[in-house]
Amino acid sequence: MRSRLLRAAPMALLATLILPATALATDVDLQQAVDGKLDSSIPINTLWVVVAAVFVLLMQAGFAMLEIGFSRAKNAGTGVAKILTNLSIAAVCYWAVGFAFAFGSADVLGISGHILGSNGFFLQFSGNPADALPVMGVSSATIESKFLFQFAFCAVSLAIVWGSTLERIKYSAYVIYAVVFAAIIYPIGSHWVFGGGWLQNGDTPLMPTGMQDFAGSTAVHLIGATGALAALLLLGPRKGKYGPDGKPRAIPGHSMPLVGLGVIILFFGWFGFNPGSTLGITDTRLADVAVVTLLGAAGGVIGAFAASQLKLKTIDIGMIGNGMIAGLVAITAPSGYVEAWAGPIIGFVAGVIVVLGVIAIDKRIDDPIGATSAHGLAGIWGTLSCGLFTAPRLAEYNAFGDPDGGLLYSGKFTQLIAQGVGVLVAFSFVFILSYLTFAAIKASVGLRVSEEEEDAGLDIVEHGMYGYPEQFIPLPEIGAASSGPAAKPSTVGAPAKTPATRAGEVPA
Amino acid sequence: MRMVVAYIRHEAFEPIRQDLLEAGFPSLSITEVKGSGRQKGITEHYRGSELQIHLRPKLKLEMVVETTDVEVVKDAILRHARTGNVGDGKVFVLPVEEAVRIRTGEEGEEVLQAHQGEEIPAEA
Repeated sequence: MRSRLLRAAPMALLATLILPATALATDVDLQQAVDGKLDSSIPINTLWVVVAAVFVLLMQAGFAMLEIGFSRAKNAGTGVAKILTNLSIAAVCYWAVGFAFAFGSADVLGISGHILGSNGFFLQFSGNPADALPVMGVSSATIESKFLFQFAFCAVSLAIVWGSTLERIKYSAYVIYAVVFAAIIYPIGSHWVFGGGWLQNGDTPLMPTGMQDFAGSTAVHLIGATGALAALLLLGPRKGKYGPDGKPRAIPGHSMPLVGLGVIILFFGWFGFNPGSTLGITDTRLADVAVVTLLGAAGGVIGAFAASQLKLKTIDIGMIGNGMIAGLVAITAPSGYVEAWAGPIIGFVAGVIVVLGVIAIDKRIDDPIGATSAHGLAGIWGTLSCGLFTAPRLAEYNAFGDPDGGLLYSGKFTQLIAQGVGVLVAFSFVFILSYLTFAAIKASVGLRVSEEEEDAGLDIVEHGMYGYPEQFIPLPEIGAASSGPAAKPSTVGAPAKTPATRAGEVPA
Repeated sequence: MRMVVAYIRHEAFEPIRQDLLEAGFPSLSITEVKGSGRQKGITEHYRGSELQIHLRPKLKLEMVVETTDVEVVKDAILRHARTGNVGDGKVFVLPVEEAVRIRTGEEGEEVLQAHQGEEIPAEA
């Protein structure tokens, strides 16, 4: 597949340069707009998809704040550099090849559309633009708006991967995995689940009908969390996470207010994530989806609150935050398929799952942010919940899955089986590719910083500076004034590339 | 009575505390301090400029013990704080004239002994 990719990329680049871009939907639209003949649904749907995309892009700030809040102060700065680097690498890769694999029609590389899309490398489409994006063809929004929206999803999925790897992963791992993830893993996985691939179409003996995933409980959240799990298994726990007795110890994050801010930014962004997946405004479904999303989030918080109180005998702040995210993750797949009453139920169960999941996973695997629970377990539950709660009228409207609805309506397990198979396939595919990628990173440039560097913190080690300088170092004047005889310029200051050579000398 | 004051690396503290607790010395105080000695400073980089930091963070450990117990405490500190590198820190022993337990008003060396009876557990 890689060789095909290598062949396709220069070809697409060449096409960009020599062919007049007549295939671009925008030019057709522009001419129609000039002539006053543009269908009014096109600009209005495009507007909504672009607004929704920008909502989802803001979720990057949510992930950044969440991760930074759950880190110790010595690792607070690296999250900023990480989220921006990843977002940017993913943007270029998804534009170059990812979008075409995920949503393009199948007529360029000659591979079945059930496996892989292949039209639209570098956003250059051949053939009739109306057929270029088969699944998203139902919306009249422009191709560019759809790209922006789907890229924002890719960036969310990638951001989910790293929450689990906080405080010990090498920066180079971000860069390498981001390329593979945004160009190959995410596009193919999401193509199967909601890009018109074989899981969505149910075109297989494994499942009687297609799986339903409205906005990506599996395609975005489970895929991201699966990448996180693969990374965790190869990365190992943070130093000091498990005592000599093997029992997990808490390593508290440095700022619960930042965690709260992150969760609420994510909550806000989700109103682009789910309602935006209508890809249009003209059927007004976006409001219904927004209501279901709100109720899912509310259910998640209440579920986590209850579980925390009963299981931990305290109202854990981080768990409440994880609960809201879990509720939102779970409601993402069913948000376009269920009636509003199912929202709080699905969210509540997810809130309970995330608390129990975090506690159980923490016993063996060090996941500082709880991504494997909040995005992984809740993503699985959310996907399965379609098999229970999908309303027949909405299954019919979206035209995916069993038109008789979920188990509660149809009394049949048809949809539930499809959801289960979809989860298993997506998980296995992403896990294998991610594990191989991380194993290759580990064997080549290395996946993890040294023990000394971990003690010192990634801020000073990877970036040569602190996220909170005043907390770690005194004012420069004071430092200079107090330098004694031993602190002559020739002896002071470690070499530039190895700041904090003795890591332990920096506070934990 | 003597006060033992030690300047140590952060990561040395926990094993020292564990040892002293087992040896029957639960009472101690620590302070986060910054200091300079023969150990080199840090070079920080900030938006293209360099910043030389000459003070390094350390922990200051303080304990008051009976004169005969100083060796035990000193041994525990040396055992865990010594890496053999510049920057391991120093231990000072100072005479102490008086000791008063605030809660009871008791004076003298008996103040240094933990009260007999049940240990007060950390709140769950």
